[in-house]
Amino acid sequence: MTTLSPSHPVRRRPRRSYSAVPGETPGSPPWRAAKSLLLLVCVVLVLLPFLAILSTSLAHPDQVNRAGGYVLWPDHVTLAAYRALLSGGLVSRAMLVSVGVTVVGTGLSLGCSVSLAYGLSRPGSLGHKPVLMMLLMTMLFAPGVIPGYLMIKELHLINSYWSLILPTMINAFNVIVLRSFFMNIPRELVDAARIDGASELSILCRIVLPLSKASVAVIGLFYAVTYWNAFFNALLYINDAAKWPMQMVLRTYVVNNSALGAGQVNAAAGAPIPPAPSLQAAILVLSVVPIVLIYPFLQRHMNKGVMVGAVKG
Amino acid sequence: MTTLDQPAARPEARGAPPEKGRRLPRPRRRRDRALFWFLLPGIAVLLLFQYVPLLGNVIAFQDYQPFIGIMHSRWSGLDNFSVLFDGDQQFLHALVNTLELTLIQVVFVFPAPILLALALNSLVSERIKKWVQNVLYLPHFLSWVVVVSLFQQMLGNDGLLNLFLRAHEMGSWNIIGNPDLFKALLTSQVIWKDTGWGTILFLAALSRVDNDLYEAAAADGASRLRQTWHVTLPALRGLVVLLLILRLGDALSVGFEQILLQQNGVGLDSSQVLDTYVYNNGLVGGQWGVSAAVGLVKGVVGVVLVLGANKVAHLFGEEGVYRS
Repeated sequence: MTTLSPSHPVRRRPRRSYSAVPGETPGSPPWRAAKSLLLLVCVVLVLLPFLAILSTSLAHPDQVNRAGGYVLWPDHVTLAAYRALLSGGLVSRAMLVSVGVTVVGTGLSLGCSVSLAYGLSRPGSLGHKPVLMMLLMTMLFAPGVIPGYLMIKELHLINSYWSLILPTMINAFNVIVLRSFFMNIPRELVDAARIDGASELSILCRIVLPLSKASVAVIGLFYAVTYWNAFFNALLYINDAAKWPMQMVLRTYVVNNSALGAGQVNAAAGAPIPPAPSLQAAILVLSVVPIVLIYPFLQRHMNKGVMVGAVKG
Repeated sequence: MTTLDQPAARPEARGAPPEKGRRLPRPRRRRDRALFWFLLPGIAVLLLFQYVPLLGNVIAFQDYQPFIGIMHSRWSGLDNFSVLFDGDQQFLHALVNTLELTLIQVVFVFPAPILLALALNSLVSERIKKWVQNVLYLPHFLSWVVVVSLFQQMLGNDGLLNLFLRAHEMGSWNIIGNPDLFKALLTSQVIWKDTGWGTILFLAALSRVDNDLYEAAAADGASRLRQTWHVTLPALRGLVVLLLILRLGDALSVGFEQILLQQNGVGLDSSQVLDTYVYNNGLVGGQWGVSAAVGLVKGVVGVVLVLGANKVAHLFGEEGVYRS
C-alpha cells in the first residue's frame, strides 16, 4: 500500500486527451490499426534498403557469394571492402574531391547569401527593389543546360573544380529564408548599434549574425547537402576521372555497373579483392554517410526553415 | 512579387511617413546606402551565372559550331525551330513522354503526401509521430544517384527482391531495364524520395485548423470521414492550389537527373523527355542549335505556364504564388 500513499505518488505519464491534437476524435480501432500499419510499411520501405546496403558492405565475402549478392544481416563483420576502397585509388580521391568541393562551396555560398540577404533586409535601401527582383526571377527560369555549358566553356572552367561551385553558388530560396530571418530582428537593436557608431559590417557580424546563428547554420547545411549531392554539373564539366566527385563514381561503378578493377581498388597485399556487391554497397554507404551524419542537425531546424520560406504570410 | 516580403517587414515599411508612392524619407535612404555594398558579390554571381548565360540562347538562331564559336557561326534564322513542328519522331517521343509523366505524377505523386499527412496527423503519440517523420524525411536529402542506385540494388536482376524470389522458386521479375515498367519505376522512385518531405507543409497547415471546427462537426454527428471531408480537406485547399500551380509550372521538367541516370537500360523511346532530349542531342550529339532552340522554347513555355496558372488561381479566389 505504501506505493500508493500520497507522499509517493505513482509517476504516471499524463495521458494526452484526444482533443489536444487537431482532428482528434478517436477513430475506431480498425481504422487506427490500418493507419499504424500504413505508417509501419512506409518506415520499413525507407529503412530496408539502407539495412541491406550496410549489411552487404560489411558482410564476409563467403556470405555474400553464398547469397548471390545482397544480405540482410552480416554473420561476420569485415571492413575489407572499405579498406580496399579507401587505401588510395579512385574512390579515396573522389571522397576528397567531394569533401573539398562541399566545404569550400558551402563557405562561399553562405558568405555570399548572408551578404545578399543582409543587403536586402531593409526595404527602401539603394538597389533593394531591382536586386530582389533579379533574385526572384532566378526562381522562375534557369539559363538551361546548353547556355550554362557554353558559359563555363567560355570562362575556361571545364575540368576545374570551380565549375562545381560557381553556377550553384546562390540559391534564391535560401537567400529569401535568410532575409526573412534578418528582417525579424528587432529594428531597435540595429538602431542602437548604429547610434554607437557601428558600421553596417559590424552590425551584421556582432548583432545580426549572432541572433540568427541557428538559421544560418541550417541554410549552411542545406547548401552542403546540395554540393555533396551534385551530380549533373560534374557530368557536364568534369571529363577527367581523376577529378570526379563521389556522385560520379557512384554513377559509373554502381548505376552503370562498370567493373571495379585493380586501378580503382587497392586490395591489401595478397588479399583478394572483395566481391563486387560489397564494393558497390560500400561506395553507396560512403556517399550516404555524410548526409546521415548531419541529418540530426538538419531535422532539428528544418521545419522552421521550410515554413518561413515556403508559406507566405 | 510583394507577397514574398515577410509580413514582419510591412509594418516597418508602413511605419515610414506615408509619402507619395513608396519613397522613404531621405535620411533613411542615405543611411541604408551602405547596404548596397553587401549586394555586390551576389549581383556579380547572379549576373555571371544566371543572366549572362541567357545570351547563349542566341545559338538557337545559329548554325552553331563549337570550334568557330558564337561570334563566327552562321545565322540560320528560325531553321532550328522547325524541329518543333515538322513531326520529328525523336522530339515527339520526348514531348509525349514528358506530358505523360507529368500527368502520371500529378495523379499518383501529388496526393501521396496529403494521405501520409492525414495518417500522421491523427497519430495518438507525439513521440512516435516525430520518429516516423524523421525517418520519412531522410530520403529527400539523398541525391538521385543514390536513390537510383538503391532501387537497382533492391529491384535489379540480381537485386534483393529477385534473389528472394529465386530462393523461394517464384521466378524473377524484370523491373529495372524494362521499358514497359519504366514510368512506373520513375514514379515509385519519386514517391519514395519525396513523399515524406512533402508532408511538412500539409502537417503545418493541419496544425493550424481550429479545433472547434472538429468539435462542432462531431456535435453535429459527423463521422470521422465526414470530418476529414468537411473540415480537414477544405483547410488544405489553398495549399493544394499553390502546390499544383508550382507543379504545373514545372510541367515540362520531369526528373532530369533521375531519367538521365537510367536511360541506358531502357532505350530512348520510352525514356526520352524534353530535358534529356536537349542534353543528348546537343551536348552529346552535337546538334547544338536545335537543342538550344528546344531548350529555349521549353523555358519560355514554362514561365508562361507559371504565370498563367497563377492567374487561374486568382480567378478561383485563391492566393496563388504571388500577387502583383
